[in-house]
Amino acid sequence: MTEDGFRGREVPIWIFRGDGLSGEERQYMVELSPGMVVLDAVLYVQQHEAPDLAVRWNCKAAHCGSCGAEVNGRPRLLCKTRMDDYMRRNEAVHVGPMKTFPVIRDLVPDIRKNYEIARRIPPFTPAHPAPFQLWPEDVERLKEFRRCIECFLCQDVCHVLRDHHRLDHYMGPRFMLKLAELDMHPLDTRDRTPYVRREGGVDWCNVTRCCSDVCPEAIAITENAIIPLKERVADRYFDPIRDFWRGRSRRPAPEPPEK
Amino acid sequence: MNIDPLHYDVLIVGAGGAGLRAALAAAEEGARVAVLSKSLLGKAHTVMAEGGIAAALGNLDPYDSFDTHFYDTMKAGHFLNNYRMVSLYTQEAPDRVLELETWGAVFDRTEDGRIMQRPFGAHSFRRLAHVGDSTGKELIRTLEYKILATKRVDVYPEVITTRLFLDDNGRAAGAFCYQRDDGRFLIFSAHAVIMASGGWGRVYKVSSNSWESTGDGAAISFRAGAELMDMEMVQFHPTGMVWPPGVRGILVTEGVRGEGGLLFNSQNERFMLRYDPERKELSARDVVSRSIFREVQAGRGTPHGGAWLDISHKGPAYIKRKLPTMYEQFLKLADLDITRERFEVAPTTHYTMGGLRVEAETGATNIEGLYACGETAAGLHGGNRLGGNSLGDLLVFGRRAGLAAAAYAARRPGTSSLSYSSIEEERRRVLAPFAIESGENPYLIHAQLQQLMSTYAGIMRSGTSLTDGLGHLERLSERANRMSADGGLHFNPGWGLVFDVQNMLTLARAILTGARERRESRGAHWRTDYPDEDPEEGRRNIVQTLGPDGRIKVRDEPVPEMPPDLRRLFDDPVSPGVKRQREEASRARGSEGA
Ligand SMILES: Cc1cc2nc3c(=O)[nH]c(=O)nc-3n(C[C@H](O)[C@H](O)[C@H](O)COP(=O)(O)OP(=O)(O)OC[C@H]3O[C@@H](n4cnc5c(N)ncnc54)[C@H](O)[C@@H]3O)c2cc1C
Ligand code: SF4
Ligand code: SF4
Ligand code: FES
Repeated sequence: MTEDGFRGREVPIWIFRGDGLSGEERQYMVELSPGMVVLDAVLYVQQHEAPDLAVRWNCKAAHCGSCGAEVNGRPRLLCKTRMDDYMRRNEAVHVGPMKTFPVIRDLVPDIRKNYEIARRIPPFTPAHPAPFQLWPEDVERLKEFRRCIECFLCQDVCHVLRDHHRLDHYMGPRFMLKLAELDMHPLDTRDRTPYVRREGGVDWCNVTRCCSDVCPEAIAITENAIIPLKERVADRYFDPIRDFWRGRSRRPAPEPPEK
Repeated sequence: MNIDPLHYDVLIVGAGGAGLRAALAAAEEGARVAVLSKSLLGKAHTVMAEGGIAAALGNLDPYDSFDTHFYDTMKAGHFLNNYRMVSLYTQEAPDRVLELETWGAVFDRTEDGRIMQRPFGAHSFRRLAHVGDSTGKELIRTLEYKILATKRVDVYPEVITTRLFLDDNGRAAGAFCYQRDDGRFLIFSAHAVIMASGGWGRVYKVSSNSWESTGDGAAISFRAGAELMDMEMVQFHPTGMVWPPGVRGILVTEGVRGEGGLLFNSQNERFMLRYDPERKELSARDVVSRSIFREVQAGRGTPHGGAWLDISHKGPAYIKRKLPTMYEQFLKLADLDITRERFEVAPTTHYTMGGLRVEAETGATNIEGLYACGETAAGLHGGNRLGGNSLGDLLVFGRRAGLAAAAYAARRPGTSSLSYSSIEEERRRVLAPFAIESGENPYLIHAQLQQLMSTYAGIMRSGTSLTDGLGHLERLSERANRMSADGGLHFNPGWGLVFDVQNMLTLARAILTGARERRESRGAHWRTDYPDEDPEEGRRNIVQTLGPDGRIKVRDEPVPEMPPDLRRLFDDPVSPGVKRQREEASRARGSEGA
């Protein structure tokens, strides 16, 4: 690690202060140290100037997913976002809460809705209790989905939720990931396709890939989770060949009874 | 103020692995359960655990067995452990791991499709069931989704307990809490209370622990009359990150050494060959930590005062597959590629072996109706915890505490009555920091406490340092009485920190007191004025209670004595499994020769 030239310099940082009703950005000064991340800077302000500055964090190492916020308008983990990246580009640092969710205070959003969705998802239902024989390749495939740290940055960025406020219709990328993970578990016995379509609302996703772009765990949410789910829904509910010959837009077939 | 309490059969303070497992067990018994936590669901400290869960499944090494795991754990704990807890733990851990798979966890696999196990310091065999280097995440995520799907369990995220209430008969009866988002006070009444609030690593300056690990449950119970035990035993993990400053103390999993990482001093010497030629880098944590500490003291430290850890010889593909989180962590936070370069590590405060004194089978404390499990409880790990034995602890004793608390709650007649005056008293105490003008800054008091503890009761202690430490602590505590808070009740970290710091001051006093009392070096407790183990000292656990005058009372409890059949295991210099393996090998050689 190079001892960078930014060390010891005082720089400004703008942090949103306020609640769901009102608020504004305020400027604070922080003393840079080598390798400093934005969370360090926020905690510095908390220690020196604003003891009541609200922020969530736990691990400081991008493992727990507590510190999701927006830095210069982009959803990020505060503990993984380096101050020197902005300094090098001569960019000012503006920190605000995730925009898709109501604000409790300062950088802390109200993300209870996500847990309400999580509660509704039918749990893993294996054919028999463990021990299971699972092959390394199966596990490798599931692993990507299981890397999720539930930071909800993908929920924050998804335009269906962010701009169209359709959390009631579409569970959002995090939970598509969860459903794909359950669906692809070799021992899960539930038929989840009807759920993915109806309660999950997978049709709302129009594959913009914004969620994959912001995921701090670099999970290919769209490619590896959502598109396969969409394909299953299409296989079950649409008959593409017939639709092609009739030259019509796809129309859902009647729903088969749930297994 | 609205003081209508919320009623539950079992109230659980903590949503880490221990609290969640306890909740599932209690709910299974039909109890109505509330689970409280300082953070959101799934974010507790447990999520950070990396290396794995120690359970003698024997998937790779068929000679492994629960008595071998028992042997390793007792030995690593330097025989201060409660052998009954160790025995229950080692027998039940494999079932608890398998049960996680039934609930949806997916562990790494062997070629033949069984759960993969990795070697770890001072374990006789490859024993840690793991998921790359993010096992804690898998554990907590699995329990989180199981809890979400369980009726009868209500989760209260960001609801923080400040006080335990007892009823007129001295039984646990409820708790006072504040809700972080709106600052509202919540009063819980319950037939049984389980403390599963984790450890208190934040008492020290360099620590792998999150902001939550301030020992609230232990301190709150201690104030209510519960006994603390083995408080002098604080584990310093040998490999914390050192550089840059912002990440100092963040853990480098023991998995790095488990997967073949080697330690060097500034003279490129593999110094562990000198300190423990047999187990080398995979020696017990107390040994490796002290070795690094000694190298640095002898002037052979790295630029920022640590040792070099090198895994690059394993090649990028292997490292990225087995240690993906470590690879990312160093790349992003330290601009360092561990597949190509070595990196600096130094000891970091990691785990608190001491805690509430409990009954082995149930987790019951000396207060009727109060239970404890997980890192908050003492007894399983003795003088030093083996890697991987904590996650197993959470599952085995979380379940046991949950079952016992539910059974007790069902037995206990009537509703638990809370006294209005104690609720009112606590409400006033909790609001007091807002009324203090130009008071002390809790962030500053915390920083000074951490400095104090690292200086006087760190990895190395002596009678003088501990006495000095107690003196300084007394003065600091006096100033801390005037900690104040700015702003309002809504999500106010500075206000909450006041109570965290009060709890840490209480536990710091117990650490210093216990450490001064133990006149020997044993496990994690290293006294320069008593550098050796003393068999007499090793026969006692140091137990502390808080008198009504606020003074700590210290008393000895004899370490529970093993029955002869277990004790005999230790006549051998190697564990039973290794012995069987060697015997078999020599028989095989013998028959080959014949
Ligand atoms: C980086 C790291 C890696 C580790 N790796 C391993 C490993 O590989 N294997 C292993 O066996 N162990 C490991 N450990 C240790 C292990 O993770 C912990 O000891 C264990 O997770 C503790 O679990 P717990 O349930 O007792 O408490 P925690 O997980 O600490 O949870 C405590 C809970 O109590 C809540 N709480 C605390 N105070 C209050 C209050 N006043 N009111 C309400 N709620 C409260 C908290 O919010 C939290 O929900 C590791 C530890 C660290 C730090
Ligand atoms: S790909 Fe789908 S889920 Fe992801 S952001 Fe775009 S619309 Fe949302
Ligand atoms: S999928 Fe990625 S962005 Fe979404 S919650 Fe999980 S880790 Fe965060
Ligand atoms: S603090 Fe845990 S992800 Fe940032």
